[in-house]
Amino acid sequence: MSLNDSVLSARDLRVEFGLPGGRVARAVDGVDLDVAPGEIVALAGESGCGKTTLARALLGLERATGGAIAFGGAPLRYSTRALKAYRRRVQLVLQDPSGALNPRHTVYDAVAEGLRIHGITDDEPGRVAEALSRAGLRPPEQFFLAYPHELSGGQRQRVVIAGALVLQPSLLVADEPVASLDASVRGEILSLLLRLKEEQGLGALVITHDLGLAWSIADRIAIMYLGRIVEQGPVEQVLTAPRHPYTRALVSVLPDSPVPEPVVLAGELPDASDIPGGCRFRPRCQEVASGAAAPVLHQCEGEDPEILGPESKPHVVACHLDRARMAV
Amino acid sequence: MTLLEFRDLHVTYTGSRGRLPAVRGVDLTVDAGETLGIAGESGCGKSTLAMAVLRLLPKSAEVSGRILLDGEDLLAMGWGRLRAVRWTGASIVFQGAMHSLNAVQRIGRQVAEPLLVHERTTPAKAARRAEELLERVGLPPSRARSYPHELSGGQRQRVMIAMALACDPGLIIADEATTALDVMVQAQVLQLISGLVAEKGVGLVMISHDLSVLSAVCDRAAVMYAGRIVEQGPAREVFANARHPYSAALGAAFPAIGDLAARKRPGGLAGDPPDPSRLPRGCAFAPRCAVAVERCVDESPELLPVPTGGSAADPVRTSACFVAQEGEPVVAQR
Amino acid sequence: MTSTTASPRALHLSSKRARRKLARARRRRSFARSWTAYRSQRTGMVGLVLLGAIVVLAIGAPILIDESQLSVTQATGGRMEPPSAAYPLGTDETGRSILALTLWGSRLSLLIGLTATVVAILIGTAIGVTSGHIGGWYGWIALRISDWFMVLPSLVVAIALLAVLGRSMATTITVIALVSWSGTTRLVRAQTLTVQARPYLERARALGAGHWHQMTKHILPNVLPLVLASATLLVPSAILMESSLAWLGLGDPSVVSWGSILNRASDNGAVSAHAWWYLLPPGLAILIVVLAFMMCGRALEAVFNPRLRGER
Repeated sequence: MSLNDSVLSARDLRVEFGLPGGRVARAVDGVDLDVAPGEIVALAGESGCGKTTLARALLGLERATGGAIAFGGAPLRYSTRALKAYRRRVQLVLQDPSGALNPRHTVYDAVAEGLRIHGITDDEPGRVAEALSRAGLRPPEQFFLAYPHELSGGQRQRVVIAGALVLQPSLLVADEPVASLDASVRGEILSLLLRLKEEQGLGALVITHDLGLAWSIADRIAIMYLGRIVEQGPVEQVLTAPRHPYTRALVSVLPDSPVPEPVVLAGELPDASDIPGGCRFRPRCQEVASGAAAPVLHQCEGEDPEILGPESKPHVVACHLDRARMAV
Repeated sequence: MTLLEFRDLHVTYTGSRGRLPAVRGVDLTVDAGETLGIAGESGCGKSTLAMAVLRLLPKSAEVSGRILLDGEDLLAMGWGRLRAVRWTGASIVFQGAMHSLNAVQRIGRQVAEPLLVHERTTPAKAARRAEELLERVGLPPSRARSYPHELSGGQRQRVMIAMALACDPGLIIADEATTALDVMVQAQVLQLISGLVAEKGVGLVMISHDLSVLSAVCDRAAVMYAGRIVEQGPAREVFANARHPYSAALGAAFPAIGDLAARKRPGGLAGDPPDPSRLPRGCAFAPRCAVAVERCVDESPELLPVPTGGSAADPVRTSACFVAQEGEPVVAQR
Repeated sequence: MTSTTASPRALHLSSKRARRKLARARRRRSFARSWTAYRSQRTGMVGLVLLGAIVVLAIGAPILIDESQLSVTQATGGRMEPPSAAYPLGTDETGRSILALTLWGSRLSLLIGLTATVVAILIGTAIGVTSGHIGGWYGWIALRISDWFMVLPSLVVAIALLAVLGRSMATTITVIALVSWSGTTRLVRAQTLTVQARPYLERARALGAGHWHQMTKHILPNVLPLVLASATLLVPSAILMESSLAWLGLGDPSVVSWGSILNRASDNGAVSAHAWWYLLPPGLAILIVVLAFMMCGRALEAVFNPRLRGER
């Protein structure tokens, strides 16, 4: 199986929700994103930017209202059978491992659930044991009959990961995989994801609000703002030399930031049902406020700076000012 | 001048699982105009410490030792005096502002309430002052007429800060006050808090699990593990050059961007935080420690000055680690 | 929160049988925990003892009394005799022992009460789970139908249905089940929606689980304890309904139940004859059974419903 057989890609993906009063929330508003086996892509942004909706849409848990999702080149179909087959290949790891495990199921049942759903009956105990030890719970037999409440937070998250690994997927989608874990336990779970990638070629899309996490494990990063990816590229480039004003602001407020002057943006993320016209970041943009963007201001106000996916260039930015500077 | 002082504070909860020591002998001081950060993960006793200051602990908690605020013993204080001290002496900003605000009362009234209770001003004056306070924390005064659900998370956290500021307290305790907030909103709130501390010269105790945030905001930092302070010193130093293996791990959990040593190398600790009902005999951290020596298993180390870089022990850097006290590195070499 | 590390179990669980054995042991332990919680409630225990006694009497009735005592033609006593040594609770208008009738009547009352409850619970749970889980227009219609059944005056509907369907035990059971499933539907639907919002259902969906798997593996096990508690509360109302219908003369004429005894008593002027022994035993029997079930049901509810447990 060649690597391209398992690339998950989204093109101009849109997810809209109807709100009371006839308004429409554009939670995901035209996203281009690729995740391939053997790479970890971080999807970062503030809460409400649509990153969780994007993840759910990529897994087929939320139906896209526009654009396309393809896996291994074949478009994602929403028939029951097609979705079931797809979900063997792309697995989900949720944020809160305490809620993601049924309190009435033992660890064995929780991990074996995927096998049972897909009717894989040969050597079930062996497969469960292997998945548990791959997730770092060793010796696995010791955990078979434990209930979730008898485990620590870190162990629970490993069980959730084992439950995903048991189907031998090529990609994982992890939504804030360590946000509910204690600080000292986080590193272990992140190391596990990194090891799965390096040793077994697993790909992962890690959704996070924590840029430090992206720095710890990701190869590429996509920064999302109000339903759109505004900057995407290799982690080293995007985080140490951010080009989009929003990325720069996000990085600048971190302790020991590579961006010298902290830029604290005023205000908050606008509502997804009321996305500003032109560049969606313009009302909060520090470059617009400082007048640095004056030469391209007419573009910022009137033109939506669309960006193409990662296939065009490794590092892409949705900013008129950046384009003007790059053109010089 | 010393503003707040803990002397050998012990807090033990008694519950269905027996006696759970939450704080096990903490000595700590905060000076006026100083910001102290307390770092640690859930269950290490940092929130218990904060609650103990205003005697907000449940009845099942057994408290011993002394907590002095401006030289006055808070634990020996009568209820009347304590009521005056809550708000005017010290106030707390908790995490989770949605649950701390009354959902059916307008913001302005809630901010004005402590003024009416503690300062006996007229309602009109209190309302005017509430609007001023909201402006101080960066909210338009018109927000006084809003209900909590009409505000965003960051705005609610600002309201909580405005309430804490209402009676000009000498000490503010922020318990994970920015944890639930997004990076940008967190930056806004931290900027606000730092500005207020600098402007008013109040003491600030900031409690967080994120050592990197503390190092950016605080002068001094204390790291807690299993109810004890395991390291203390200038916040930047504790974060960048830890002298206790636990602080080193905690710092590594939040790597600085651009730090090539941390790239693709998530730092972490094996094992889980200890169960307070079954603490190990020697150093509580020893079972998870990569540099533990034989002594650590049997003896519990005290918080003592440790050498940093040079040979002499630095009086402002203390660590409860035998290895650090010997001047040895606390991070296992890869 | 208890987040203790899994205690190391040195058992090597290579064989399937050993694992099953341990799983059984776990189930036993969780049952023991519920039992301890139940036992701590005095009313629940009183109800259980009462219920046990009644069930033993009902099952043992054929041993205690000869079925010939129920026959109108073979009756040996006089007409509406007051209690005596031969007839501790007196006789009815045909000279049969009221004690024998009441004992025998418990069989039918319990049988109908339990069967009707089982049928109602099955309908209610099936509709509740599917309407909560699947939702959409199906859920909307199911909910409206259950609402409709809930607001209908159940006795009136039952009488109308019995008049149409004819009087027999099977129709009595069907009719009682039909008028009492809607409460269970409501309860089950609400619980289904709660479980539905849990992340582990999202995880199951992401694993590729279909509706059947989600409903049987995740929702039902979480709904069943509440269903059990509500079933215990439904039995007494079914018994009451059966008694009411039989008292109104709509029961199966060929069998003896508490309601039918009361029906014959009032038809034959037991009230004007001051034959209290004819009216009181079946009436008290109904009261005691209803009370016993109620006590057990409330106790079970307190054991299984964490919200109620928290309040105590």
